[in-house]
Amino acid sequence: MAEFKGLAIVDLARVESAQPADGEARRQSRREFIKRVIASGAVASSASFMAGGLAGCAPRRAVVAGSVERLVSLNVNGQVRRVDVLPQETLATTLRYKLGLTGTKLSCDRAECGACTVMIDDITYYSCSTLTHSVRDRKVVTIEGLRGPNGELHPVQQAFVEELSPQCGFCTPGQVVAAVALLKKNPKPTREEARHAMSGNLCRCAAYDNYLNGVMRACGNLAEIHHGA
Amino acid sequence: MALKHLGQDFTPHDVVAKVTGEAKYAEDFRVEGMVFARLLSSPFPHARVKKIDASAALAMPGVVGILTADEVKNPPAPEPPLLTNEPMYIGAPILLLAAEDETTAQDALEKIRIEYEPLPFSVDPLASLHPDHADARTDGNVGAAGVKFQQLKWKREDFDKAEAGKMPMGEAAQEWAFGEVDATFAKCKLVLDESFVHASNSHHSMEPRSAMAYWQNGKCYAHVSSQSQSFIHPALAGMIGIPPTDLVLIAEYCGGGFGSKGGAYPIQALPALFSKKINRPVMLRLSRAEEYYHGSARLGFQGRVKLGFAENGKLLAADLYIVQENGAYNSFWDFRNAADALSLVYQPEAMRWRGVPVHASSPLRSAQRGPGYNQMVHIMEPLLDKAARALKVDRVAIRLLNGPEMHGAFGPKHDTVTSCYLKDAVAKGAEIFGWEQKKALSGQRVGNKVTGVAVGQAYHPSGFFGFDGLLCIKPDGKVHIHTGVGNLGTFSHSSTSRIAAEVLKVDWADVVIQRGDSRRNLPWNIGQFGSNTNFTMARTNYVAAMDAVAKLKELAAGKFGGKPDDYDIDGKRVFRKGSPGTGLSYAQAAQLAIQKGGKYDGHELPADINPMTKLSATALAGTGLVGVAKDNLPVKGSPSAFAAAFVQIELDVETGKYRVLEYVAVADCGTIIHPQGLETQVKSGGLQGLSVAGLERIVYDPQNGLPASVGFYQAKPVSYLDVPPSMKVAGVDKPDPSSPLGTKGIGEPLLGCAASALLCAISDAVGGHAFNRTPVMPDMILNHLSGRQPSHHPLQTNCQ
Repeated sequence: MAEFKGLAIVDLARVESAQPADGEARRQSRREFIKRVIASGAVASSASFMAGGLAGCAPRRAVVAGSVERLVSLNVNGQVRRVDVLPQETLATTLRYKLGLTGTKLSCDRAECGACTVMIDDITYYSCSTLTHSVRDRKVVTIEGLRGPNGELHPVQQAFVEELSPQCGFCTPGQVVAAVALLKKNPKPTREEARHAMSGNLCRCAAYDNYLNGVMRACGNLAEIHHGA
Repeated sequence: MALKHLGQDFTPHDVVAKVTGEAKYAEDFRVEGMVFARLLSSPFPHARVKKIDASAALAMPGVVGILTADEVKNPPAPEPPLLTNEPMYIGAPILLLAAEDETTAQDALEKIRIEYEPLPFSVDPLASLHPDHADARTDGNVGAAGVKFQQLKWKREDFDKAEAGKMPMGEAAQEWAFGEVDATFAKCKLVLDESFVHASNSHHSMEPRSAMAYWQNGKCYAHVSSQSQSFIHPALAGMIGIPPTDLVLIAEYCGGGFGSKGGAYPIQALPALFSKKINRPVMLRLSRAEEYYHGSARLGFQGRVKLGFAENGKLLAADLYIVQENGAYNSFWDFRNAADALSLVYQPEAMRWRGVPVHASSPLRSAQRGPGYNQMVHIMEPLLDKAARALKVDRVAIRLLNGPEMHGAFGPKHDTVTSCYLKDAVAKGAEIFGWEQKKALSGQRVGNKVTGVAVGQAYHPSGFFGFDGLLCIKPDGKVHIHTGVGNLGTFSHSSTSRIAAEVLKVDWADVVIQRGDSRRNLPWNIGQFGSNTNFTMARTNYVAAMDAVAKLKELAAGKFGGKPDDYDIDGKRVFRKGSPGTGLSYAQAAQLAIQKGGKYDGHELPADINPMTKLSATALAGTGLVGVAKDNLPVKGSPSAFAAAFVQIELDVETGKYRVLEYVAVADCGTIIHPQGLETQVKSGGLQGLSVAGLERIVYDPQNGLPASVGFYQAKPVSYLDVPPSMKVAGVDKPDPSSPLGTKGIGEPLLGCAASALLCAISDAVGGHAFNRTPVMPDMILNHLSGRQPSHHPLQTNCQ
């Protein structure tokens, strides 16, 4: 019989390294990486993910030295939001669990799929792999920040509706943000340019052709919309 | 009748929510006092849990409690358990731990000390049929739906006498046959004997199946990820141990399922059970790796097929043997479906089928887009090409020769289909693709690049019947269509509801769709799987709307005199034929229905509707004119959908990589009710097919049962970079006679036609070599081109 400390399986088979091309860093889980970011080496505290989210909720908290929430100001969708953030907290977690912005999705939580795509100073980032503390002086825009002041859909959103781009919809916020960022940089891409620009966003439904049609409609490149036979 | 809605595009009501991020999936919900649960998953491919010591974990501040396998009621083996003390694959769920936040929960899990007794395991089903090889389970190694759970081993001689590269064939767990199989083979001009492997691709739905649940006033509120809505309600209530009336089920959005979220599954029930124990709302968030472990995969095949052809290319005889990979638990019946597919699509005069479903130390295998039906065409289509080449028959011609007729028969009982326009689809696709010109490019080489062109086909049953429809015309004139259809991303909840709007002749703007939440009084519908919805729920909406029309006419006749047949409907009015001023608006009719009560407003209901529909209709009673009925319309045969695809690739002989340059697909889905919806499915299903055929991997280390494809990057589903520059879509658009408005479902063959076309095109580019394996990977192509042996054993599975 083997005595074995229960292992919560995160990714046993994952080969991931904090240092590039370093054989010693094999089989290091993402959690290990994040722990190393905290210089103190202390175990992450039990800081609540609900602070600022739910009224009347007073969870028990044990704060371990070296791993303290700090109240920071974040610029999200044009508003300054004050929120408690752990040093190792990812932007996706902050958005989803502390700022009530659940439009940004977690699908892989490890920079493989783009469902968590947000814009930081107009550049797309995977928010699951961005530390919230690193965006304190920058402008974050999420899917929720794209509508016009009177609630009108962003042209990309409108185009995706017209082209029936989303299917299950889970990758859609990331796709929309990626497309918006693309058009900010390149207002009239070719379909091929759009294909490459959006390639950081996976869609398991494989609705890619519809998304590309949507991007072409949004930027007015109607000649490169493909329908029928 | 001139159609108002069917055949027109429309904007489904949920699309805006999807593009704005307002759509809420299970993990997006928050409840006061919510705690976070994490699963402790097995590090062993098979083990017995001897002892659990959670004391250190429970003592941590912020930890709220644990839930172990002893505290849940598991279904009898070999059904998948909710939690288990005998994990049967790496990643199997052993216990749940909840804490105030997820990080604490995760840290606490690592403080739990468990004593395991490792047990034998197997990640190769064929190998585990050998008497000397380990099994995945100790209580039986064979069994799946319809096959008794048992211990079944072949004899050593069965393995010893198989020639190199050919699958051994021992005792079958199930079999059937029709015609004189051996005698028919004897008269064949060409006989092929091919052994094959088809991978078990993981579903890897974009939304990991997180779930959240809490209890309030004796009712359980469950937020889950599900392809289906009303279909899973009773089963989920059963798993939680409550009557369906005590379950409030919210499943308004689902981030992908592809078959893995079609029915109720254990993860949906766990937060409810845990919440009941600790008296807190429980959020169970699944990681990507956990979605791999709990999200299932397609059933893989190791198999062998003998095919006998006449000189003109007609398939006369087939002898098919499939060893199917079940994963650790009771599983789907892909192996039987595959046999039906061969029988229907290729119409052999004589056929034998044998199958053995075998357990392996891997996660649940369950239906994945085209279960069994698609694997079969992936295997058969390149073999059909092989025969065409040997017999010097054109590859499109051989398909037209062998294809089923309108009511093609299949299987040992010679069941028939309601309609089949597969040959129309092949012919139409050939024309759009330009087959006659393009086939000359076959094998042409320019520098490193070789062209391959090919055609592929697929089939899937596409409809059920006998479910209920429910709608209510309100006193304001709006038509509330209550649909039990889930939201897996096909918009079928709306496209099928348009049938009701069509029958009632109302504008789409006058329709309100009620769905996604059991509190919205939904009828009993079947789940969203098996490409059925556009057939099954077209019928339910049809009968409910016809019931409403009958009641409208009766109410008008009662008020103005004459018989119901003297009345007609249009423009949201029911009026006397020839005297349109004499009549009622729908709003007025609804008010009259409420006054009259009885059957008109739902106080009296048909006797044959499902209890769920009865409850829902009762809740609506008195609120308007209720249209409710069970679909008792006749069905002649099995509704079935078909698709054909044409592919042109350019293969680089130095890298083994290829680009798909052109993709053409034609769908036979009966009457097309939502053209834009069809096009999205043809294209996306097609891309998924290209993915299954050439990109996706599932790999297990046979030494220690470790999976190596738990993440997207490893599994490698299709991305933007794999999209062909040209994708053309068409439909046959001929009606199915069994469907009130001619519709059939369509989702699944759209994957199979693409995968088979791509596999055939790769074959074509390399001179006709049939790899007999799905997927075909660059290393396989390079090894073949350079005359080297493949890097895997011929029948090895879970290795690429």
